[in-house]
Amino acid sequence: MIPAPFTYHRPADIASALKILGEYGDDARVVAGGHSLIPMMKLRLTAIDHLIDLQGVESLRGIRVSGRDIRIGAMVTQAEILADRALAAAVPVLAEAALQIADPQVRNLGTIGGNVANGDPGNDLPALMQCLDATYEIEGPGGPRDVAARDFYDSAYVTARADDEILLAVRFTAPEGGAAYVKQKRKIGDYATAATAVALVKSGGKCASASIAMTNLADTPVWAQDAGAALVGTDCSPAAVKAAVAAMQEAISPVEDNRGPVDFKRHVAGRLLAEAIATAWSRA
Amino acid sequence: MNDHAPSRDERIAGLKGLGTSRRRVEDARFTQGKGNYVDDMKLPDMLFGDFVRSPYAHARVTAIDAEAAKALPGVVAVLTADDLRPLGLHWMPTLAGDKQMVLADGKVLFQGQEVAFVVATDRYAAADAVELVEVTYEELPVVTDPFKALAPDAPVLREDLQGQTEGAHGPRKHHNHIFTWEMGDEDGTEAAIADAEVVAEEMIYYHRTHPCPLETCGCVASMDKVNGKLTLWGTFQAPHAVRTVASLISGIAEHNIRVVSPDIGGGFGNKVGVYPGYICSIVASIVTGKPVKWIEDRMENLMSTAFARDYWMKGKIAATKDGKITALDCHVTADHGGFDACADPTKFPAGFFNICTGSYDIPIAHLSVDGVYTNKAPGGVAYRCSFRVTEAAYFIERMIEVLAIKLGIDAAELRAKNFIRKEQFPYHSALGWEYDSGDYHTAWDKALKAVGYDALRREQAERVAAFKRGETRKLLGIGLSFFTEIVGAGPVKNCDILGLGMFDSCEIRIHPTGSAIARLGTISQGQGHATTFAQILASEIGIPADDITVEEGDTDTAPYGLGTYGSRSTPVAGAATAMAGRKIRAKAQMIAAYLLEVHDDDVEFDVDRFVIKGAPERFKTMKEIAFASYNQAIPGLEPGLEAVSYYDPPNMTYPFGAYICVMEIDVDTGVWEIRQFYALDDCGTRINPMVIEGQVHGGATEGLAIAMGQELAYDEMGNVKTGTLMDFFLPTAVETPHYTTDHTETPSPHHPIGAKGVGESPNVGSVPAYSNAVQDAFRAFGHIHAHMPHDHARIWKIADGLGLHA
Repeated sequence: MIPAPFTYHRPADIASALKILGEYGDDARVVAGGHSLIPMMKLRLTAIDHLIDLQGVESLRGIRVSGRDIRIGAMVTQAEILADRALAAAVPVLAEAALQIADPQVRNLGTIGGNVANGDPGNDLPALMQCLDATYEIEGPGGPRDVAARDFYDSAYVTARADDEILLAVRFTAPEGGAAYVKQKRKIGDYATAATAVALVKSGGKCASASIAMTNLADTPVWAQDAGAALVGTDCSPAAVKAAVAAMQEAISPVEDNRGPVDFKRHVAGRLLAEAIATAWSRA
Repeated sequence: MNDHAPSRDERIAGLKGLGTSRRRVEDARFTQGKGNYVDDMKLPDMLFGDFVRSPYAHARVTAIDAEAAKALPGVVAVLTADDLRPLGLHWMPTLAGDKQMVLADGKVLFQGQEVAFVVATDRYAAADAVELVEVTYEELPVVTDPFKALAPDAPVLREDLQGQTEGAHGPRKHHNHIFTWEMGDEDGTEAAIADAEVVAEEMIYYHRTHPCPLETCGCVASMDKVNGKLTLWGTFQAPHAVRTVASLISGIAEHNIRVVSPDIGGGFGNKVGVYPGYICSIVASIVTGKPVKWIEDRMENLMSTAFARDYWMKGKIAATKDGKITALDCHVTADHGGFDACADPTKFPAGFFNICTGSYDIPIAHLSVDGVYTNKAPGGVAYRCSFRVTEAAYFIERMIEVLAIKLGIDAAELRAKNFIRKEQFPYHSALGWEYDSGDYHTAWDKALKAVGYDALRREQAERVAAFKRGETRKLLGIGLSFFTEIVGAGPVKNCDILGLGMFDSCEIRIHPTGSAIARLGTISQGQGHATTFAQILASEIGIPADDITVEEGDTDTAPYGLGTYGSRSTPVAGAATAMAGRKIRAKAQMIAAYLLEVHDDDVEFDVDRFVIKGAPERFKTMKEIAFASYNQAIPGLEPGLEAVSYYDPPNMTYPFGAYICVMEIDVDTGVWEIRQFYALDDCGTRINPMVIEGQVHGGATEGLAIAMGQELAYDEMGNVKTGTLMDFFLPTAVETPHYTTDHTETPSPHHPIGAKGVGESPNVGSVPAYSNAVQDAFRAFGHIHAHMPHDHARIWKIADGLGLHA
């Protein structure tokens, strides 16, 4: 559990970080909380010649809540998300999800930026960001650009972020109505066996809009557009939930691993989604 | 009166002796991070070792090129089997009478096997050099299934044993067969089963898992070339045995070897064996003349040093229609991995598995065990249990449940109907043991009452009805377990390891001012020996426990003993402590009589002093006696007050207990929640109730892990699938339930203070309780048996198989 030798960089601003990244290309990687990258390096599954630590980049910190407009700097930790009262009031489902990430020690260092940008299908926040239709602010040599969370993930660890770009922040509009994040895991500290993010709006006793995304049930987070659509116009009755679950199960493609076989994961995903819809509906 | 003379009760309390919940004296340093573990050691010029390990489970090693590694700055040496061969150390004997490669000698037999040992001036350079050693492998067919390993055309795993039809434990039937061990009456059992009114059969698999102590295995070897002495600090559960083995295989005279076990961060059987890391560190220190440290990382610990269990147990249990058990048959296929490195007493290649008749009066039984080689890591140690006892307890406690289903009667009632009765002790079991004492019915009734058993069964029936009506997706399981342990190995007449009798020892010195030091042949790994052995002694010799230092683990100072595992410390070394204390007391009596100017027979011991019989106001305290032993010329007596005892136990001890687990299970997700866990232990005389409770909490939590998810899983290529703590389940406080502990107290009739040992009971007793709870939840739907571990997916599969997801 000892990594191969590497050079450590600690730039003080984005421009410096981008410069180092540009200079070393494929041989360099940025690190935020380090909870995915450092273990991979210690296991020698990844060798990084130049590690660029973003802890010193002040501009990547800070949470901004203006009405329903939310902007969270990439280096904001899960612990900081959990501690921010304005954020919790505006987007309670974010705290609900963040609290289910690993354990307090991990949350003290783990960041929202690392969680969403690493492209690990096991991470919890990508599905929530897709559910909330978040936008990722990215900067590279060509300047800043925005990418929708729903367009960001290509396959495991492969994302729309180029190697010479850095995620700056996550931006989204706090959902109206009710939302929920429900996760099943084997133990504290584990990734999800299955998890789901649901946000829906109730109007006149009917579901006016619904968004559903799933965690760790494919090689990317899965925004299940049809599953959400199946709820719209219904009162989230058992039949509607059943249709949403069926649509979701069409969209996911879990693989067998130590958490269990495919059939099990599909079944659990369905049960969790039903629970999440019921919870979100009760909060809407 | 101004001077308060303490009352007798106050004097007893002041000793903090037997029965006191004395605070653990070890905890001050452990809770402040001030423990001293092997990896804390820093010696001048110390080098660091690291292994090149095989990525393959079965392969020929055709070439090893270490040139690039040797060229790396900081690298001092790279050892391979070729370097060890001239010393005869490329193989080493195992504790089970087999031999094991120290470094790959032409082939590898399991993933993670040691291939080369890199030695460097710092730990990082060693790790970098490991990457640079180029090993050429030629893959061979892999066998991870012990049944397939016994197929006629199975690949030959141990080419070194080819043609050898005789093993360490009798004839070998096949090239991958290690031994067959049989006990009991085969023909009689077969006849009784054939004649039985009811027979239940089941294959019970106790999966492969690992003790996974928080501190991994490791050592520091330091050869002093000036005086020829080798010092070996290490995570050893049996330091004296390690010294003897090290002497025998290295040729270094035993007096020139000093083995020290410093603080140990948990052992649970993992630290009993002798591992290639120790041998390589010693050789490297001899070669370089510098101290060499080797510490495993977590993955190496899980992949290569001693696993536990991996027993396929085929059972047949026969009974009358009304539930009186008439016979038991068990055949075990035991997967030992690539080398037989079990840590059992020599004459017991399947440990004490023949305790598998459990707590029941079974008139006739038969057991046979076949040990088999596969392409998995060697081991088979007793993970917080006496040798193979947790396997035996799980087997019989599952068979009882399976029989109860077949008979259609309540499993609690079936147990009570078959318990060995109090008046039958000492009880001779059909498979050869003499149970020392027990009162099972009293313990069982107490346990059932405590949990409100009848009400629980009613609630369970209501839950099943509600489930069938579609009102809930959760079922309720009531997991029963009644276990009998067999610990305290053991009588030298039948218990030895590599010819070393399994006695243990204690040496006591009383200092002039009335305090004392006691040294033992055992070694604590968290059990709290420094606390509890001082309590035994306090009650025996009347010196407060707070004034007694307990020291273990240094072979230069401690008396010889076989170490700590198999719950043997209290039954064996605890007995030695009491007996040594009695020798002290006998001499103290003579000194007291001399000081009081009366005959020896006219004084008697009273808590912390000797008093003149009938005149208790005339006395000498142990403090006064201690001082007198150093400054009085007493006719006929040598100065000083010291004693040593080597205790050879006349029998094992047989702790027992009743555990009940109540579990909620979600049939859709497989998620479980333990609502109640009740643990009643009878470990004979209770030395420190608080330490006992701590032991029960720890063991029951390990049992939780094992039953509910912890496993060493291999794929068909022999890759370890659960090699990190992401997948290898170690419960946190979140998963751990609240435990309610309780006790009865049935002293051992042959132990000097009646104590039986408790450290391992909760692992032995809890695993069946958890597993039975899971399986009991589905009994109403026709479920009979499913294998552990009961992780979410496997629980879901039970429900799915019963059609509960339709």
